[in-house]
Amino acid sequence: MLKLELRAASSRSMAYLSPVLALLLTIFFGALLFMALGKNPLTGLQVFLIEPIRSKAAIAELLLKTTPLVLCALGLSVCYRANVWNIGAEGQLIAGGLAAGSTILFFDTGTPGLSGGMVLLLASCAGVVGGALWASITALLRDRFNANEILVSLMLTYIAQLLLMYAVNGPLKDPNGMNFPQSKVFSSDYLLPHLFSGSRLHIGFIVMLVASGLMAVFVYRSFAGYRLTVGGLAPLAARYAGFSSRRALWTSLLISGGFAGMAGAFEVAGPIGQVLPSISPGYGFAAIIVAFIGRLNPIGTIFGGLVLSLFYLGGEMAQSRLGLPSAITGLFQGMLLFLLLACDTLINYRLRWQK
Amino acid sequence: MTSAASPILPRLELTDICKRYPAVIANDGVRLQVAPGEIHAVLGENGAGKSTLMKIIFGAVKPDSGTVRWNGQEVKVATPQDARKLGIAMVFQHFSLFDTLTVAENIALGLDQNVNMLELAEQIARTGENYGLELEPHRHVHTLSVGERQRVEIVRALLTKPQLLILDEPTSVLTPQAVQKLFVTLRKIASEGCSILYISHKLDEIRELCHSATVMRAGKVTGHCDPAQETAASLSRMMIGEDLPPSAHTEPVTLGESRLRIHQLSLPKAHAFATALDDIQLELFGGEIVGIAGVSGNGQQELLAALSGEDRRASPQMIELKGKPVGNRGPESRRKLGQSLVPEERLGRGAVPEMSLTSNMLLSHQHAPFVTKGMINFRHTIQAATDIIARFRVKAGGPAALARSLSGGNLQKFIVGREITRQPEVFIVAQPTWGVDVGAAAQIHDEIRKLKQAGCAVLVISEELDELFELCDRMHVIAKGRLSPSIATASATREKIGLWMSGLWEEWTTAETVSLGKTGGSGSRKKINVKNERGEHA
Repeated sequence: MLKLELRAASSRSMAYLSPVLALLLTIFFGALLFMALGKNPLTGLQVFLIEPIRSKAAIAELLLKTTPLVLCALGLSVCYRANVWNIGAEGQLIAGGLAAGSTILFFDTGTPGLSGGMVLLLASCAGVVGGALWASITALLRDRFNANEILVSLMLTYIAQLLLMYAVNGPLKDPNGMNFPQSKVFSSDYLLPHLFSGSRLHIGFIVMLVASGLMAVFVYRSFAGYRLTVGGLAPLAARYAGFSSRRALWTSLLISGGFAGMAGAFEVAGPIGQVLPSISPGYGFAAIIVAFIGRLNPIGTIFGGLVLSLFYLGGEMAQSRLGLPSAITGLFQGMLLFLLLACDTLINYRLRWQK
Repeated sequence: MTSAASPILPRLELTDICKRYPAVIANDGVRLQVAPGEIHAVLGENGAGKSTLMKIIFGAVKPDSGTVRWNGQEVKVATPQDARKLGIAMVFQHFSLFDTLTVAENIALGLDQNVNMLELAEQIARTGENYGLELEPHRHVHTLSVGERQRVEIVRALLTKPQLLILDEPTSVLTPQAVQKLFVTLRKIASEGCSILYISHKLDEIRELCHSATVMRAGKVTGHCDPAQETAASLSRMMIGEDLPPSAHTEPVTLGESRLRIHQLSLPKAHAFATALDDIQLELFGGEIVGIAGVSGNGQQELLAALSGEDRRASPQMIELKGKPVGNRGPESRRKLGQSLVPEERLGRGAVPEMSLTSNMLLSHQHAPFVTKGMINFRHTIQAATDIIARFRVKAGGPAALARSLSGGNLQKFIVGREITRQPEVFIVAQPTWGVDVGAAAQIHDEIRKLKQAGCAVLVISEELDELFELCDRMHVIAKGRLSPSIATASATREKIGLWMSGLWEEWTTAETVSLGKTGGSGSRKKINVKNERGEHA
């Protein structure tokens, strides 16, 4: 019989191996899933995992989807390190996207005004501020009324979604849009510049890479990052050191909201190019998995982001090529998260064969 | 039945018990024999393997090899339930009682079967009377003193009619008077045939109470003896394998200026189970060590939180650090004024378990060169951690070792070292040697004395009276959130401090006030004199 045995010290190598192991197991169970759905498992896996990265254009698309995932996960990593359970990156992303979209629509009037670059910069800032403001509601309720941040941030996601619906049905609706609930398409001047011609991959990808580097410095080298981590790992030690838990709450939520808002801004000003009733297929939720796959390490989130982005593309492929339902993406995401949590047991325990 | 047939058959006999953990051998060929009605001490330093052995006996840990015989029969004790069925009961060092339930309810929870509460209350009263463990069954546990809580645990154990009672460091929370009372109870229990395994590191108590002793060191049994025939020194030699380093006796130091002054500090309870602080007065000068004695839970934690700055509810003037009012200031601004503080809990408060020693430096080293312009300077921090490891002889895998990988004593040395290297002018330390082995304790005491020599003002909060008597120039006692006046260690006795621990210092102090010849109306003076006489008779 296999038995779990407590390790003397938690294994560092297992902390990094665990996501890999979880990914392999997800692929294995994914194959079983394809079989259960009556598909050839090898074809299924091929369509799901290989097709999305067969060509340069496909890879550009993969990196495009990685961008919002990683941006959200960067902020979430900081929150989770500080033991602040922000589940509402999706809502913060929507709030950011809405703010950025409104900014662009404000300037995009057809009459000459600010330069495109300037407007995009303003829109990005509006996105960051919008996301941070949305997160600050959670911070405020937790701080003042000790409301549970998991519930508050999650429920605010639905409010943000409804706010977006209101905006596209009301103030932002395209007057020439035949009453469709959507804004007008932004002029090309007000879209994020592409990195290569022929692909939708935009400059936001570079911003994401730089942000990951900066966040790595923040988390591992700055005293502010240290304060947050101590507060998350040992609240009493943080009190002893004199680190304010309120400050940690606000800092982590504002950072997290800001990054999610930036992700929203980049989506709206990037691949979407207008304000739609839906601006994210759940990037903010998937980013939770990204953060944990990346071990709450800013550089690690890039790898986590690539995996989850692949799942999104694979899901689309599986729909069109194999006729599977779109829920397949969610299934793979869920499997990965659960298997990761299971594999993380092996960081502190080892498996031993016992008679 | 068994004991009648062959009275020499041991109640419990362990042979060649081995238990290996991935990194350590906790028990290595341990033998132990306990006769019926015997009070048997198991003594050893922290980490000697005592607790693992007790957990094996109680079924909480499974040994890798070895046999357990119970009244001559070989048995497998796989779970604590098995142990209870055999008649083994254990009183843990940390009580497992629900604060919000009554005494009787707590005891009912510990018994396996359903019980009639009325009968149980009567049983509790009867057992209490028999053994001098008076308890009111219907009182809520949170209203009980620590000594009374221990009584609940012992009564709970006795109600299972055990043949073997295991007590883990039972006196660490008791006043000297309460210890004597406990001993009377234990002798009575033993005289009725119940064996007692008594785990302790307090050599005097073992010599007084126990019939025989098994000494452990590094997982092995290093000797059996009759503790009454041994001296404290010979026992401690068996325990640590060498003679204790002689404690450096220090020259008297001339007192410096007032460094820390607590003035009329009163704080209401922060939560239902906290202790309110009531009009605390204390003054601490450079070049002296002042102790605060007291049974735990009498306001030590609350006082410490107010002194560290974790609790900022005090008004500024209530605490003055080097003449500056700091009652409402946080920990870091007090550090900047030259205060260092070692908290009671090492893991989780004094250090972050999952962080390296280097990272743990930064908890109290938040200034240049360790942190400059908001960025951590790892080169300096690693260097400082390395220096502390070397200077304080901390056994650790280097500055990158996680705090939780260190033994309690070594982590304490590291934290004490971390706070001392800040070159404090006021040094506050709680339970400096709690759960620390004898060698490390002596080293920590020496370091504290060196601080005093250097002119630092030192405040030691400890539950170990021996430690306070050894270290301090003066002592206060804290009881029910109130602080006694200070008494010079030279004129204090254990009995007097013990009485003060119960909060009875009023009579003594009024006597002293009178003898100092303080002015006062003749009428009131007479009254005080009467009180004085009563006090002396008491």
